Amino acid sequence: MASLIGSYSLSFGLFFSILIIFFSVKNLKDAEILDKKIITFTFIQFFFVVISFFGLIISFINSDFSNETVFNHSHTTKPLFYKISGTWGNHEGSLLLWLLVLTLFISIFLIKSNQQPKKYRIFTLLFQQIIIVGFFVFLIKTSSPFNYIFPTPNEGLGLNPILQDPALAIHPPILYLGYVGSSVIFSSALAAMVTSYVSKEWAKHIKQWVLASWVFLTLGILLGSIWAYYELGWGGFWFWDPVENVSLMPWFALTTLLHCILVLEKKKILTSWAMILSIATFALSMSGTFLVRSGILNSVHTFANDPERGLFILIFLFTLIFLSIFIFIFFHSGKEKLENNFFWLSKETSILVNNWFMMYFLSVVLIGTIYPIFLEVLTANKISVGPPFYNKLILPFLIPFLIAMAIGPNLNWVKSDFKDKFYITIFLIISFLLSALIIRQFDINFLINTILVTSAFFLFFSTSREFFVKKFRNLSQNIAHFGFSLLILSILFNNIFSNEVITNLKIGETFETEKFTINFENVEQEDEKNFKAIIGKFNVQNLDGSSDILNPELRIYNQPNIITSEADIKTNLLTDKFMTMNYVQNQEYFNIRYQVKPFMIWIWVSVILISFGGFLSFFKKKYEV
Amino acid sequence: MKFINIFLIVAIILNFNFLKADEIKTENKIAKNLRCLICQGQSVYDSDSEFAISLKLVIKNKIQEGLSEDQIYNFLKMKYGEWILYDPVFNRNTYFLWLLPILIFLAGGAIIIKRFYNKK
Amino acid sequence: MKSKFVPLILIFIFSITFVIFFKGLKNSNIYTPNTNLKKEVPSFELKSFENNSIIISEKIFTDNKYYLMNIWASWCVPCKEEHKFLMKLKKDERIELIGFNYKDNFTNASSFLKDLGNPYNIIVSDKDGTASIEWGAYGVPESFLVYQNKIIKRFIGPINNEDLLEIQKIIDEIY
Repeated sequence: MASLIGSYSLSFGLFFSILIIFFSVKNLKDAEILDKKIITFTFIQFFFVVISFFGLIISFINSDFSNETVFNHSHTTKPLFYKISGTWGNHEGSLLLWLLVLTLFISIFLIKSNQQPKKYRIFTLLFQQIIIVGFFVFLIKTSSPFNYIFPTPNEGLGLNPILQDPALAIHPPILYLGYVGSSVIFSSALAAMVTSYVSKEWAKHIKQWVLASWVFLTLGILLGSIWAYYELGWGGFWFWDPVENVSLMPWFALTTLLHCILVLEKKKILTSWAMILSIATFALSMSGTFLVRSGILNSVHTFANDPERGLFILIFLFTLIFLSIFIFIFFHSGKEKLENNFFWLSKETSILVNNWFMMYFLSVVLIGTIYPIFLEVLTANKISVGPPFYNKLILPFLIPFLIAMAIGPNLNWVKSDFKDKFYITIFLIISFLLSALIIRQFDINFLINTILVTSAFFLFFSTSREFFVKKFRNLSQNIAHFGFSLLILSILFNNIFSNEVITNLKIGETFETEKFTINFENVEQEDEKNFKAIIGKFNVQNLDGSSDILNPELRIYNQPNIITSEADIKTNLLTDKFMTMNYVQNQEYFNIRYQVKPFMIWIWVSVILISFGGFLSFFKKKYEV
Repeated sequence: MKFINIFLIVAIILNFNFLKADEIKTENKIAKNLRCLICQGQSVYDSDSEFAISLKLVIKNKIQEGLSEDQIYNFLKMKYGEWILYDPVFNRNTYFLWLLPILIFLAGGAIIIKRFYNKK
Repeated sequence: MKSKFVPLILIFIFSITFVIFFKGLKNSNIYTPNTNLKKEVPSFELKSFENNSIIISEKIFTDNKYYLMNIWASWCVPCKEEHKFLMKLKKDERIELIGFNYKDNFTNASSFLKDLGNPYNIIVSDKDGTASIEWGAYGVPESFLVYQNKIIKRFIGPINNEDLLEIQKIIDEIY
């Protein structure tokens, strides 16, 4: 029943797209003010998608296995929370979620933009409707979440256990808020070009959307990373896996746009660049969906591998790209020479430098991700591009980037000189000495690591000082930059200080290294609702006499029948102790992986700080105006 | 021959403790730079599949036989093809992969300078 | 600033990208390595499965005969499927089957052969799987067709009827 309603709601929603487009086009010609009907219809459309989405959730809650999506991805023994999150944990449901957010955002846009010119609003709505119609058709045609199966099966196939996780349950919605937020930026950029409204006012207005999408995208990536850290059981938090890269690329584009908009807000330069970035951000989000959903990439988290779906997204994606190129060429005038004068040392320059490096990082990730596809199609050679490639190309460039990031925000607009030369020198010297001292302790590549850590420390000290000098001025930006320095420092130290061991242990055995002793005491078995757990008890004695009890788990899920390994992680402010246990074919021993990972929690904290900075800036606008 | 073997074994045992820490480090480093071919997007180091477990053993043995890191990569490339290496070799197939980002960086710098600072 | 050149290049680049992605979609993303190889058989020294005597590869593949090197294990489910085809192949006198017992224990493996029959002329045991890596194998089951100390063809996954016919066809061509 709920499925049926959901299914009909989708068709009604699509029907309202037609109404909206019809009245919008009509409204463009006649009246001076926006037709109220259009807004009402947009709300009704949103309402129908909400109903459809709830229809799917209810089918999941009731375990209605006559619905194909529910049958494929749910099971009666699954906890309620995961039944609900299972709604968007699959291809069809996640697309419905996309659509939900798309319609939600355009409704919000219409409410929030009432100060903007009528034509611009209507065009934004029209472009957004093109995307919405695309998703409606995609859903209904190739991936309907409401397919009916008869006879009704008694039991579902279950949700992949590694997806049964609280972080992953909210990861997709947050990430989509970021992705889809960029669709509004895309539509509004196209509309601004068509109506020649690319201006400071436009920049001020769209900045809110850029910020919001950016905050959500940052948090979404963070959640995904946290999930990978404790669920995949490898102790890493970023693998340069194609699917991760795909979420990082729009983030780079959006971060660049965020900085670019800051200039555009003040004076009318960089307009073409802002347009390109607005288009690129959404195009990258969409190609992310394409690359992930089509199965063209070989990755940890490949979902549905259906070429027909891939083909649809591909055609849709390139239609949008060609449409935007067309609009850019024919409607956008790049005349902006008037205010185009600033000194080489100025805030403008520092933002250009930011954009320049961001684009470089983006190009590294983009090329690294899609190059293997190109090579395979063109020459039938298959190569892998993994972490070493990204490290080699990104790390050296991080050094000037961090230094510019420390100095840039203190420069004046138009023309500046180095302020606080004293502090810059002092901080550089302190950072260098500190880093040299730390890195000397380890037999790793001294030169590059010292310089890297130096530049990260330099940014750290500079931004810390800002808190005292500037107090509440520019607080949001400073928090974000400070968070970034903390992030880079934590990642570097996490890499440098990490200590790891892989070994095979039988129950009762002890493993010794210079730094710790692992004692495998015993195993216990526990029966849970949808899995059986084998829990190991390990006693790790550290050099300083302290000891930790760690209880990694093996879970044997009943539906579907999969063995997963649950890491046990002891977190404190300085280090994470991470242990996993794995079953080995035909042996009495277990494969044990023990890692000491310093500053792990600071990686998460710093990303939260970064997005909190963006969040603050979102509100700053209101009390300033 | 036998004499040399015995000599080698003695030498290895004497050096064993000294070398072991370093060997484990190289071992892990190599395993991290290899794709686990039967897994989906996991490195050999991260994977616990049968294939990865055996491959880790092979790496260990090869190091003990005295092969260098590059020799081990070459050995595996011969057996499994370039697909196994996470660090793509710089050759005809990958010129663009390595150089294109750098070219984009240089072009970006050139555009910025030309557009904003090169005033008549 | 804006010439007609830039848009044309843009459109060109994106069209190429489209075509490549389109073609990429049709390729499967499961890695299928080249199965027609002409590589020397890697040399190995392994313990025999039945007793602990050492078997050297140079002594196995030397006759002017075909050999099918088959990696198997009693814990591997698809191995049971392919076993009946191996038994059929055993009847062909022009080919010898060499079993690579992969990460197995003796008791389970023996009862596996007792139940389903033993198609192998020689079985060696690859306790830790390292010898299979030397062959460039991915796991169990996997088979290599060898002639005159060269690997002619490899079969990843269980041997099925088609593979069986193909092997026989290859043998027929020479004889």
